[in-house]
Amino acid sequence: MAAAQLKVKIISHKKVNGAFRLLEFDSALVAKNASPGQFLEIKVCDNGFPLLRRPISIHGVKGSKVKVIYEVVGEGTRILSGRKPGDFLDVIGPLGNGFGYTVKRPGASRDILVAGGLGVAPLVFLAEKMKMNKNLVLIGARNKGQILCRSEFKDLGFKVFVATDDGSAGFNGKVTELLKEILSDASGERPGNIYACGPQPMLKAVAGISGEEGIPCQLSLERHMACGFGACLGCAVSTKSGYKRVCKEGPVFAAGELTW
Amino acid sequence: MVKNINPDLSVKIGKLCLRNPVMVASGTFGYAEEFSGFMDLKKLGAVVTKTVTVNPRPGNIPPRTCETPSGMLNSIGLENPGIDKFIKEKLPFLKKLGIPVIVSISAETDPREFQSLVEKLESIDSVSAIELNISCPNMQKDKLISQDARETYSVVKTVRGMTGKCLIAKLSPNVTSISEIALAAEEAGSDAVAMINTLAGMSIDVKKRSPKIGSWAGGLSGPAIRPVAVRMVWEAYKKINIPIIGMGGIMDTQSALEFIIAGASAVSVGTANFVNPATSLEIISGLERYMRDNRISNLDGIIGKLQACV
Repeated sequence: MAAAQLKVKIISHKKVNGAFRLLEFDSALVAKNASPGQFLEIKVCDNGFPLLRRPISIHGVKGSKVKVIYEVVGEGTRILSGRKPGDFLDVIGPLGNGFGYTVKRPGASRDILVAGGLGVAPLVFLAEKMKMNKNLVLIGARNKGQILCRSEFKDLGFKVFVATDDGSAGFNGKVTELLKEILSDASGERPGNIYACGPQPMLKAVAGISGEEGIPCQLSLERHMACGFGACLGCAVSTKSGYKRVCKEGPVFAAGELTW
Repeated sequence: MVKNINPDLSVKIGKLCLRNPVMVASGTFGYAEEFSGFMDLKKLGAVVTKTVTVNPRPGNIPPRTCETPSGMLNSIGLENPGIDKFIKEKLPFLKKLGIPVIVSISAETDPREFQSLVEKLESIDSVSAIELNISCPNMQKDKLISQDARETYSVVKTVRGMTGKCLIAKLSPNVTSISEIALAAEEAGSDAVAMINTLAGMSIDVKKRSPKIGSWAGGLSGPAIRPVAVRMVWEAYKKINIPIIGMGGIMDTQSALEFIIAGASAVSVGTANFVNPATSLEIISGLERYMRDNRISNLDGIIGKLQACV
């Protein structure tokens, strides 16, 4: 669906935990056109510093409400975090190609979602749209306090596994090690697909594991972007068929298509 | 009662007539199609395409962009489908817009490539003008054509002999004397100069101790470079008689006016297209308002009308 540049009104804006924020705005157009894995380019300031929009993935849609989660990491997101309900935001979206999926029928094979940190954001949206149940989500985080959206996935009927780098909750180690362990459990059902979003090293490891196991896998990538809509060619990623734009041909790619 | 003024925004660049002086800078607007969902492209003064080369180019190793204080660095490396595919797949859309199309071209290794490119474009009516990109900083070259007055003269002169189309030389700010290069372009028969291309720059991730751009250095653009660009337009305007297309960090009407007052006959919006795709259209209406408010009937009343501080 075509992206548009819009002024949208913030409905709510709150702290999730730590530096994570949940922002909801009203836009029937974005809500109607958005699909899981797509993102928005949000303008954070008007005075040219920081200059560029911030690409943030769509976390969910309800009626005409659109949700995003982001982490306050730098000047741009710090400014964004100061915006209040009632304020207007300049957004462009929905942008990019989201996940390829089919709505699940009863008895369909199980899928696994793998999220690292803020990577949960588009996967919750995907889970809602796929109407999956009996499925697994593996959430990786640095520590217990950084685990996001556990209850959202539970409410959607997911079995949730957690991995933390410091062992403060769930599996002690990387979420990709947890994925390996689950896949090597012979008694477990073999997943039909793997969908993942998270930091680059995690995605690379997921691509490796899915390749070895021969399980179809889609990855949502993150890259620095100048425009977000295919004009600047700045967010190129290396694939088997040459450079592709993360903002346009992605951000979701088949794992087997990428070269690392 | 004072009669209202209906400002005339039209301007001539060589034999090219523009309805208004606002265009979009090469490399920041793709082949225009990318922006069709955000704005009425037909309102633009002209479109300048992403630079095209003889052969397809995959572009530079990522990461290709990073943000800097009030600006950004890029090292795209002239990724483009090559001239034949451009003519076949990109030009038809541009033609349909009905506005002047300026095709930006560049040589990869041998300046003679400019000749093969011009040969292919010369017979195409929908190509209104040719911009010679002799100033891309991201080609891993020790010296750019536009960093040498003699080279600039020679390339422009050769191309001039091959085409009757409006010819624009795009100049690099990474020089000791911009007017020397601008003069060389003028003497060789260029109809106009476009200035400035990006400033060579670098940014370092201190945590990783590595450059933020895959090809180490890149080209700086955005409001950060605007004062440098305005100064260069002013310098060149004093020395040359051909029109200047001014650019470098234009974000709004005010900044576009700075360039016009410094001596630019037209302006190009670049990096601002990424931030606000409709910037160029907002500037067109802003200029009209400025002229009406100041009772200026045509652009000659502003171009180069810089006065000393009082």
